[in-house]
Amino acid sequence: MFEATEINIRNKRIGKGIKFSFLLMTVLLATPVLIILAVLIQKGGPMISWDFLFSDPTNGMTAGGIFPALIGTISLVIVALIASVPVGVAAAIYLSEYAKDNWLTRIINLAIINLAGVPSIVHALFGVGAFVLFFKFGTSILAASFTLAVMTLPVVIVATRESLQAVPYAFREACWNMGATRWQTIYKVVLPNAISGILTGVILEVSRTAGETAPIMFTGAAFFLPFLPQSVFDQSMALSLHLFVVSTQVPNVPEELPYGVALVLIGIVLLMNSISIAFRFYLRGKKKW
Amino acid sequence: MKDIAVQTKNFNLWYGDFQALFDINLSIKQGLITSMIGPSGCGKSTLLRSMNRIIDRLDYVRTTGEIHILQHDIFDPKVELVQLRKQVGMVFQRPNPLPLSIRENILFGHRIHAGGKKSTKNEEDEIVEKSLKTVLLWEKTKDRLGNSATNLSLEEQQKLCIARLLPLKPTVLLMDEPCSALDPKGTEAVEELIWTLRGEYTIIMVTHNMAQARRASDECIFMLMGELMEHSPTTDMFVTPKHEKTAAYIEGRYG
Ligand SMILES: Nc1ncnc2c1ncn2[C@@H]1O[C@H](COP(=O)(O)OP(=O)(O)O)[C@@H](O)[C@H]1O
Ligand SMILES: [Mg+2]
Repeated sequence: MFEATEINIRNKRIGKGIKFSFLLMTVLLATPVLIILAVLIQKGGPMISWDFLFSDPTNGMTAGGIFPALIGTISLVIVALIASVPVGVAAAIYLSEYAKDNWLTRIINLAIINLAGVPSIVHALFGVGAFVLFFKFGTSILAASFTLAVMTLPVVIVATRESLQAVPYAFREACWNMGATRWQTIYKVVLPNAISGILTGVILEVSRTAGETAPIMFTGAAFFLPFLPQSVFDQSMALSLHLFVVSTQVPNVPEELPYGVALVLIGIVLLMNSISIAFRFYLRGKKKW
Repeated sequence: MKDIAVQTKNFNLWYGDFQALFDINLSIKQGLITSMIGPSGCGKSTLLRSMNRIIDRLDYVRTTGEIHILQHDIFDPKVELVQLRKQVGMVFQRPNPLPLSIRENILFGHRIHAGGKKSTKNEEDEIVEKSLKTVLLWEKTKDRLGNSATNLSLEEQQKLCIARLLPLKPTVLLMDEPCSALDPKGTEAVEELIWTLRGEYTIIMVTHNMAQARRASDECIFMLMGELMEHSPTTDMFVTPKHEKTAAYIEGRYG
């Protein structure tokens, strides 16, 4: 009575075929990532040592470590975070909680979407014009970080807005109906419930800028500067630029050196991503609805 | 005229180009429970949501006519929405406790209107106890006030949603199908609770449940396609409906 008919069998076969082809795509997609990681670890792994991480480059960058570049990249990311988070989060709160759906809001949204599509080299030029020259920061960590911050603002805004929008509308209604103002509603209910999403999203997005080269090349990253920056007004080396330099600009670099640098760079990004994901899991566990 | 809590005069409402309410004229008596019935989409929620102007959130909504609450025009430019919403509380179809503790839920309204002035713990305890006692939830929750409100049963959540309005000392309570998410037992419990609030508060309750309207209200309003068809004492409406369409609806011939 319950045996499969012709049609059942055929449908099942089609379903299996489709599932298999999707699986194939997934494998194809994951392969390059795994190969990259494998090659980096195989070739660059032996480079990684205490000395490599914590000493200065020597011999015209063909030997020694990457300490100034490591510190430079970390500073750039941190300053970029400090610069983009308040602006991005405030803008997202405005757009999500206050803005009415009119032509101005639509233009702003359109601008944000388009800003996300601007190539990073264009951001670099903007950074030179705005931060290096107009605001007279000079080529410095500050100028480079601000350039990175502008570049990541759209994604910060989008990530924040999504977290805000994930807070059920019923909570807002409940507040308004007790006579809460918009700000009271945001401050007491919406933000506390969105903050985990906002923070993790933002860390994730901004840490991606650790790998950017173009926007910092003209605005603050130095080719070779074997000492640490003293303030945000100094230039500094950065891992991404250092990788570019040792791979293409300097003769007689041992083959593993660039792989070592790349491995550290990827390591930093992966580390920040894992922190952010762990943080998200931790906070999700505490969620109250 | 002193005993009229809510009065509307030729009230019309449009969502964009779509007119949802047509010339609504009604007077709701203070201290009574007035139930509002009618088929889905006839504008019950819309009318209710106009009464505390929560509908203002939608910028494509336009209204004409007047709504008076306690003889005050709520569309007067001098009206402060915060004050209006304090006076006119709302309970929703789906219980929507805030993702805070039971205690914090009750104190939420109180605190946002305190203007930074801190109440002592004693005062706060008193507010919490009094509100929860009024909604018959005190015995069940007094030992776990710090627990999250979203872990309560739906019935308890809905009672909490009523309780958290009380510290604001509202005069009118708007309830939009407050029992429709609850099981029969929960419905009965919340209905009983609503009945105990009768007298102290003016209650307007939308319901889909004829039996509920019949046993739990003093007066009844029947709406159809954005118009107010009939407003009479509940006993009259269910025994001798004035309007043929009311009779048809009550008997379940459409809905
Ligand atoms: N936010 C809205 N935007 C546009 N139309 C709406 C909106 N809310 C309700 N309506 C329309 O207004 C009419 C009345 O809806 P509502 O007041 O929710 O009815 P009821 O509560 O009686 O079921 C319906 O036709 C509905 O489609
Ligand atoms: Mg409704």
